[in-house]
Amino acid sequence: MKNKTTGNRIAFIIRKLLRLALLLFVTSITSFVLMKASPIDPLQANVGQSALGTMSIEQIARLQAYWGVGGNPVKQYLGWAADFVRGDMGMSLLYHQAVSEVIAVRLQNSLVLMVTAWLLSGVLGLALGAAAGMNRGRWIDRGIKGYCLVISSTPAYWLAMLLLIVFGVWLKTFPVGLSVPIGVAAADVTFTERVQHFVLPALALSITGIAGIALHTREKMIEITESEYMLFARARGEKGWRLFWNHGFRNVLLPAITLQFASISEIFGGSVLVEQVFSYPGLGQAAVAAGLGSDMPLLMAVTIVSALFVFGGNMIADVLYGIVDPRIRKGGVGQ
Amino acid sequence: MSEKRVNKGNNIILKIENLQISFTQYERGLKQRTFQTVKGMDLEVSSGELTAVIGASGSGKSLLAHAVMGLLPYNASMSGEMYYCGEKLTKMRQEKLRGNEIVLVPQSLAYLDPLMKIGRQIKKNRKDEKINQRLADIFSRYHLKEEVAKQYPFELSGGMNRRILISTAMIENPRLVIADEPTPGLDLKSAKRVMEHFRELADMGAGVLLITHDLRLAIETADRIIVFHDGRTIDEAVPTDFQAENTLKHAYTKALWRAMPKNGFANESKNTDI
Repeated sequence: MKNKTTGNRIAFIIRKLLRLALLLFVTSITSFVLMKASPIDPLQANVGQSALGTMSIEQIARLQAYWGVGGNPVKQYLGWAADFVRGDMGMSLLYHQAVSEVIAVRLQNSLVLMVTAWLLSGVLGLALGAAAGMNRGRWIDRGIKGYCLVISSTPAYWLAMLLLIVFGVWLKTFPVGLSVPIGVAAADVTFTERVQHFVLPALALSITGIAGIALHTREKMIEITESEYMLFARARGEKGWRLFWNHGFRNVLLPAITLQFASISEIFGGSVLVEQVFSYPGLGQAAVAAGLGSDMPLLMAVTIVSALFVFGGNMIADVLYGIVDPRIRKGGVGQ
Repeated sequence: MSEKRVNKGNNIILKIENLQISFTQYERGLKQRTFQTVKGMDLEVSSGELTAVIGASGSGKSLLAHAVMGLLPYNASMSGEMYYCGEKLTKMRQEKLRGNEIVLVPQSLAYLDPLMKIGRQIKKNRKDEKINQRLADIFSRYHLKEEVAKQYPFELSGGMNRRILISTAMIENPRLVIADEPTPGLDLKSAKRVMEHFRELADMGAGVLLITHDLRLAIETADRIIVFHDGRTIDEAVPTDFQAENTLKHAYTKALWRAMPKNGFANESKNTDI
């Protein structure tokens, strides 16, 4: 029995790893091809038309080689792959630094932002969705549903700009951008200042994240309230908070876990836009800069890191499901 | 079996007069359609008695249970009078009494929360010493092992299901037990054994309302049988009336009687069309 489950676990891990390798290969190829198909001319974007006009043919040829224009794409991809596997993910063309260093700094900034938004939107989304689902059709449901629908149809960057205008420009409660104050040495930046800078972007990201999670949770909650076991619980006199706590919450928690981890990809996507609006130097902003500046190694690395996060999130959800749901935990994987 | 236990208590626990239930549905856009499922149901349930309501599957007899408990779906409307222990059964009383004095025993384990352990579920998550003792008593009465309390519904073996479901009624102090098709898929012998548990509840003074489509089971176990057909209560009989066709009053009841295997084989030519 024990041997069997260990065997199952190893098989599970191997299967996941193979899938991960395949995923990374396909993502990297896709982003590479898209990058090559991009209409942006790296030289014009990074050097500028006027500067190019004053350069000799040899200089231009050297720049073309640097930015990877006109080379053999297969060779370029293989070269990138070799760099990537070596560990430093290659050199960033824009920052003249190892990509891994650029990503490490950016990721740190982004992680604070994304983890906050992720937790906030997960917890609030679950609470709002559950409240709406349990009280379907009442004013509280209508209010929450209305809010979610409005927010869902609002682009994240627009919401970010709205927050900027209200809290940054009119009320001046929070700074309008960046992750630290301008003109202060990195060592002198206080914790409060960092928090002040990240409140607005985190808020923008959370507000948009909540809506999706709340709407999905609401659907699940309604399904649960219509189930036979809820009917029976009501027939047994359970109602209100106790009914929710004993049966509703327990059962909505499982789909909520899936939702929460699936939402990592949305938070990631949202952060690209939001960081851009707030000039917040995170991974998302690096992705935009790399895309517009034709920094192939950097963009590919950002893509791969995001893919890793999303994959990791889904895998954690899978594993948690097996731990939380007694039907899977006790039923065994191999049956 | 049933002769010796007819009319023990005779306190009327539940009385229903001319119960009607109809549903409103939207069909294509805003056009509403109302259709009536229960058109006129009358019945009485007395304490210490096992009353069976018998009707075909899908005849709306399960709605009776939901109506008594106040749990009809939102698009249902209901009229008629319901009395519990002589007093009108209002929405407020329903909410107070259900799960306490009025209990429902459901058909299957699908009515249990899949993520809550059996013991906690039977106790409705109450944790005091008294309820624990009570659960232990019920488990020993029903020969359920202690560790069953720590299992989830999906782990139960088929034989225990009924006893677990009845435990949810037993742990309260029911005066009215509504059993909605409590023996689905069981052969007559096992079904009768399940019904003994309900008989026990009746012997303890509760009125038991058995809702079923199984006439044979009703004849073998109930004190009174109410026949429900086409949305109405059409007949009321005691099991002994079913010993011969001519003691039955209504044509449909007679047809039901003829449809029973032991009678049907003799009279096949007469009863092909019920």
